Amino acid sequence: MDWGFITVTLLDGLARGLYYFLVSAGLTLIFSMMGVLNFAHASFFMLGGYFAYIIAQEWGLTFWIALPAVPLIVGAIGMVVERFGLRHVHKFGHVAELIFTFGLAFLLQEFVKLVFGQDTKPYAVPEVLQGTLFTVGDQPFGSYRAFMILVSISIFIGLYLLLTRTRVGMIIQAALTHPNTVSNLGHNVPLIFMAVFGVGTALAALAGVIALPTDALQPGSAARLGPIIFVIIVVGGLGSLNGALVASMIIGILTTMFDASQLSVFSVMEAVANMLGIEWSLLERPTYELRRLMIGDLIMMSTKQVGALFPYLLMVLILIFRPQGLLGKRES
Amino acid sequence: MALLNVNDLNAYYGKSHILQGVNMTIDEGEIISLLGRNGVGRSTTCKSIMGEVPPKGSITFRGKEIAGLAPHQIAQSGIGYVPENRDVFPGLTVKQNLNLGVKPGQGASRWSEEDFFELFPNLRERQDVDAAALSGGEQQMLTMARTLMGDPDVVMIDEPTEGLSPQMCQRVADLLEEIARRKIAILLVEQKLTIAMKISTRVYVMGHGQIVYEGTPDELMSNDEIRQEWLEV
Repeated sequence: MDWGFITVTLLDGLARGLYYFLVSAGLTLIFSMMGVLNFAHASFFMLGGYFAYIIAQEWGLTFWIALPAVPLIVGAIGMVVERFGLRHVHKFGHVAELIFTFGLAFLLQEFVKLVFGQDTKPYAVPEVLQGTLFTVGDQPFGSYRAFMILVSISIFIGLYLLLTRTRVGMIIQAALTHPNTVSNLGHNVPLIFMAVFGVGTALAALAGVIALPTDALQPGSAARLGPIIFVIIVVGGLGSLNGALVASMIIGILTTMFDASQLSVFSVMEAVANMLGIEWSLLERPTYELRRLMIGDLIMMSTKQVGALFPYLLMVLILIFRPQGLLGKRES
Repeated sequence: MALLNVNDLNAYYGKSHILQGVNMTIDEGEIISLLGRNGVGRSTTCKSIMGEVPPKGSITFRGKEIAGLAPHQIAQSGIGYVPENRDVFPGLTVKQNLNLGVKPGQGASRWSEEDFFELFPNLRERQDVDAAALSGGEQQMLTMARTLMGDPDVVMIDEPTEGLSPQMCQRVADLLEEIARRKIAILLVEQKLTIAMKISTRVYVMGHGQIVYEGTPDELMSNDEIRQEWLEV
């Protein structure tokens, strides 16, 4: 066992899981509020990346200006979308809302293509954070990943304290489940919903600011992240923040492990057999037969290739065996 | 001038015409019972006044038109509503639930937490418990207390004794009397005649989306015809 590799991969996975949570936390809050999935949510993540690229690189105002400014800008855009778009569409029911968010996702994608083009923008990690923070064994752990973890965790602590320790947070919690009752007590629920939508999109944008330098900033960024985020909130349980956190960590860490490992499915099977004390020679014949079949190619693939299936497989299994998700409440 | 004046109120659920010209008035400090069988539109009357169901017609509160305002604006003008579903906020404690009844920017209130803890010692004992863990009777007390924390001048209370034990019904009646003592007007929607008759100053009987009778409790008790036609099952 290479402990250095395992530790660093776990930390990298933590960084990825936390930024998944930044996006999925907003999506699951917005789901509680609207009762439908917001398909455009990942588009705000992508917008976050583009705005940060403009501010930090094109205007040369540095990453440190973009970090606080972009969530504010995109959050404001989110509030405008809620106030002048979704709130009107809401009257026509859930199907109309769903289609509206679908349309918005495509609109934003085409808009970004029109303005920035198809190519990947060189949005990079700021210089101070390039390089290695520490090494475990011979495995380096990047400063930037540590920064991502730090930013995400601070945001969650803030969000958690806001939701559970302040009166505003409690009004939000109550309004998500009982909007009519909260209105009847004299609280402006439409305003609360607009703010929640704004905060949700701001969190997605923040995730875009911090995560896209480690990935690729392009019009496809939203479409690449979107499905993973849906998987996360379904696996965690729709509307459950804790569920979104747990599912983000599971998927963040496991997909990072699959990506990082140099193993093939075949070698994993061999290792598992060894661990269980099964004589490999006994399996040689069956695996040889398998390889001759259609799925033969599968076992020769790398875990990185097969790992891409994992989140979706997990979602399908969860829907079959625990349809309310890991921490979700069953709909009555 | 009446505190609350409802004039030719109509309301629809989709295509069905639920309220067909409801007229009623409530004066300062009055206790009005709105009686009638299930499905005649008593709850819809409350929901329309509150703006939860869009009202057609005129509703004035202290002389100001409130029909067409949003529910939170109507609540802020001084109307309280305790719906029949006992919606306590799960995940929040009893104390936090009470706190959410206080309106944004609200000044001094006629009610404090302590008032309700004295009336219902159970709530005091369980003030830090998740409100979802309370019994049905305790939840009813909590939702009534939560609305009163917002210091309304008139409070509409829908079926507060439904499904409660006789002992709990008595507690509800005690609170209603306390509300009346503080000169807060009540619109009580009830099935059980006993409580309604005992505390009301005036009663309205509803049938088919309209007010079919108005009088004092004594007048209603001596009018067998109205009771048989519109109230008794």
